[in-house]
Amino acid sequence: MAIDGPDFVKGVAMLGAGIAMGLGAIGPGVGEGFTAGKACEAIGRKPEEAGLLTRTMLVGQAVAESTGIYSLVIALLLLFVV
Amino acid sequence: MLDTNTTIKLFSFLGSGLCMGFGAIGAALGEGFTAGLATQAIAQRPEQSGEVVKNMLVGQAIAESAAIFALVVTLILLFSEPETNNVLLAWAALGGGLSMGLSAIGSGIGAGFPAGTACLGIVRQPANSGKILTSMLIGSAVCQTPAIFGMVVSFLLIFLNYSSVPLYPGWAALLGAGLATGLATIGPGLGNGFTAMDAVSGVARNPRIGKDLNKVMLIALSVAQSTAIYGFLVSLMLIFMDTKENMTMAASMALIAAGLCSGFGGVGPGIGIGFAGAKACDAIARRPEETTLLTRTMLIGQAVTESTGIYALVVSLLLLTVC
Repeated sequence: MAIDGPDFVKGVAMLGAGIAMGLGAIGPGVGEGFTAGKACEAIGRKPEEAGLLTRTMLVGQAVAESTGIYSLVIALLLLFVV
Repeated sequence: MLDTNTTIKLFSFLGSGLCMGFGAIGAALGEGFTAGLATQAIAQRPEQSGEVVKNMLVGQAIAESAAIFALVVTLILLFSEPETNNVLLAWAALGGGLSMGLSAIGSGIGAGFPAGTACLGIVRQPANSGKILTSMLIGSAVCQTPAIFGMVVSFLLIFLNYSSVPLYPGWAALLGAGLATGLATIGPGLGNGFTAMDAVSGVARNPRIGKDLNKVMLIALSVAQSTAIYGFLVSLMLIFMDTKENMTMAASMALIAAGLCSGFGGVGPGIGIGFAGAKACDAIARRPEETTLLTRTMLIGQAVTESTGIYALVVSLLLLTVC
């Protein structure tokens, strides 16, 4: 396998894209699941507030999602722009 | 420079060491957790010790199976003689070892959780130990599915014939296939363990709703499996894809990255979805009349949690097609 400069850069960019999205998906996954779990717990205690709690859960999850979206954007940039 | 046969032997030994080493982590942790809670349960009611020990041993036997899968793959890798002189077999052996070893981590730990809470549940509700045992067996058995995905991929990698696959980028496809399923199954295994743990303690708290709780538990367990299935899918695509010879480094790196991406990407959603399922089962056991509302909330929360796993799958599929 003969490696020249541009090929090396492209190869490392590919590897970077995979690692960025892969590791970037761990945090939001755990965090959003924790939010969903706590929301279920809270609805179990106060079912009459289900609407409010679901809304709060979704807002919290949307914020927690942001780092996952950053990873996706960086992965796509590494794949198609670099 | 090593000749091909020595290289294949070397990589098989490396793969078998990694397989048994990683494979031993999960089962040991899970069984230790079970034994700890069993001790706690016996301390609460020494007269129930026979029942608790029986339950502990059944639970530990299920948790052990992940490590036994890893042992089988390790022995195959140690003693198999390469039939053809193809250096890709070396990479297949390494990928196969990684796939089985890593996938045993989550399943081993996860299967220990419901077994432990079942021991506590039996001393709390001795009259309903049958229902508790049923839930525990369902939960622990589903926890093993990620390890079975890992075993299927490692058998495919070890026993397939690669005579028509080019070395570049074939080596990366085989290593990536092992990493994708191996890493992606860690999270779902653990997550299933969380869900089954709280479902079993819910049955112990409220044995009357055992059937409903088992149903919700199975829904949550199957949703948590989805990222393991994404990893499995990417592995199968990597193994069976029609690779054209490509000497560039970018092509090889893209295939390894596809494996790493769907692999690591499966860890977080698997754990998170399992945690959401656990808390939903717990809440349902306290308030059975809100089962519908709680199941709906759980599924909405799990769907949002899944999203990063889907991003990882999309990026993996892009990496597979880009070169």
